Amino acid sequence: MLNKIYDWVDERLDITPIWRDIADHEVPEHVNPAHHFSAFVYCFGGLTFFITVIQILSGMFLTMYYVPDVVNAWKSVYYLQNEVAFGEIVRGMHHWGASLVIVMMFLHTLRVFFTGSYKKPRELNWIVGVGIFCVMLGLGFTGYLLPWDMKALFATKVGIEIAASVPFIGDLIKVLLAGDSAILGAQTLTRFFAIHVFFLPAALFALLAAHFIMIRRQGISGPL
Amino acid sequence: MHRGKGMKFVGDSRVKANDRMVNMPKDYSEYPGKTEAFWPDFLLKEWMVGAVFLIGYLLLTVAHPSPLEGPADPTNASYIPLPDWYFLFLYQLLKYTYASGPYNVIGAIIIPGLTIGALALMPFLDKGPERRPSKRPLPTAFMLLALASMVYLTWESVVNHDWEAAAKQGEIKEPVADIEFDENAEGYLIFTGEQGKSCIACHGTDMAGGSAAPPLLGNELTAEEVAEVIKNGRGAMPGGQFAGTDEELQVLAEFIASLKAEE
Repeated sequence: MLNKIYDWVDERLDITPIWRDIADHEVPEHVNPAHHFSAFVYCFGGLTFFITVIQILSGMFLTMYYVPDVVNAWKSVYYLQNEVAFGEIVRGMHHWGASLVIVMMFLHTLRVFFTGSYKKPRELNWIVGVGIFCVMLGLGFTGYLLPWDMKALFATKVGIEIAASVPFIGDLIKVLLAGDSAILGAQTLTRFFAIHVFFLPAALFALLAAHFIMIRRQGISGPL
Repeated sequence: MHRGKGMKFVGDSRVKANDRMVNMPKDYSEYPGKTEAFWPDFLLKEWMVGAVFLIGYLLLTVAHPSPLEGPADPTNASYIPLPDWYFLFLYQLLKYTYASGPYNVIGAIIIPGLTIGALALMPFLDKGPERRPSKRPLPTAFMLLALASMVYLTWESVVNHDWEAAAKQGEIKEPVADIEFDENAEGYLIFTGEQGKSCIACHGTDMAGGSAAPPLLGNELTAEEVAEVIKNGRGAMPGGQFAGTDEELQVLAEFIASLKAEE
């Protein structure tokens, strides 16, 4: 049955070459943790992606309860944390995942750096990777405000002041992020929500797609 | 059934690619050794690593529920802010003389900007063919220096932060009980009168408390205990602040003790 469906689609879209490329490409020995203990350093990138998937899934479930306005944001998070079945687990995974993804991404960056894997022909993939790094930091910064508790509000205040100290365009950045040149309030919360849930994930998906397509094109770098 | 035979169009206008299957997997024979196919052999090993990682991740989640402080209150002027841990090194950097105040641009923009810029342009700064860290001392040294500074700054920021005060300032406060009381009660007149000047300074005329004192509404003390606290103080509250007579104190204590939340 599944074979028939596959064949039906294959006859129309010729997906076999794409699938065979993903499935059949040989993975060299030096990145295989079954053969070398040191190959665990090559798992950091995959684990970063794994946590990213968990972040997307847990985030989707969080938005089922979260309300992005100043009156209800904190209450909805409190309710989610204390009343909703498994709410504490889902929020906990999103909270700890945010930290773990930074850790794993940082380790992945160090692995690529110290194995010199960013060298020709992989320059572009390195630059895309740095882009992913910045997007992740942006996700961390915007997500921190959303529970709308004390630490969120005051950490964001500091962050926005730093952004406002950029020469020439600082005030523009501030208004863009906070929604107002003086107040950090209702507008800021909805903007951070939109940035955290729509803008940055969209950028992240595009960059991740580029990252993975380039890896398939160029293969993983050889052993040192 | 022969797969990957390509699509058959009615009126196919595509040019055939010389019988070559496009996107053929790369050959790793230049790295002799035990190569294996990505699917399913290698992915299975990655999944095992992922499963072990997931167990640790879930244990962390279960052992440490994610924190939630009290609702944001922009009027609180005494709150000491702290960013998430991975921004701590930046936060600490901005505390140094030549990275803050008039030099703020150095700490907030120039140093982080140069670091991220250099990181992004790494392939063009380090163009040599060598890959081993020991064979390219400059990039390695700069990266180790950056790492050491980040660890040091994060460490400094952690040891210089008053974590106890931070936990206290973020506590979720129970809302002040909405208790009706008679504003002409003798006790209340004493409380807001000349004798109770230092009472209202901290507890407020509405008895809802403030940043320096807890609310009196909804307290759980008896009249004797209230009188005891007024005489001898408790916690941050000094004793002997009440300026009235002992009889007035008794009336006041009974009044305050009567402000109970309804069961």
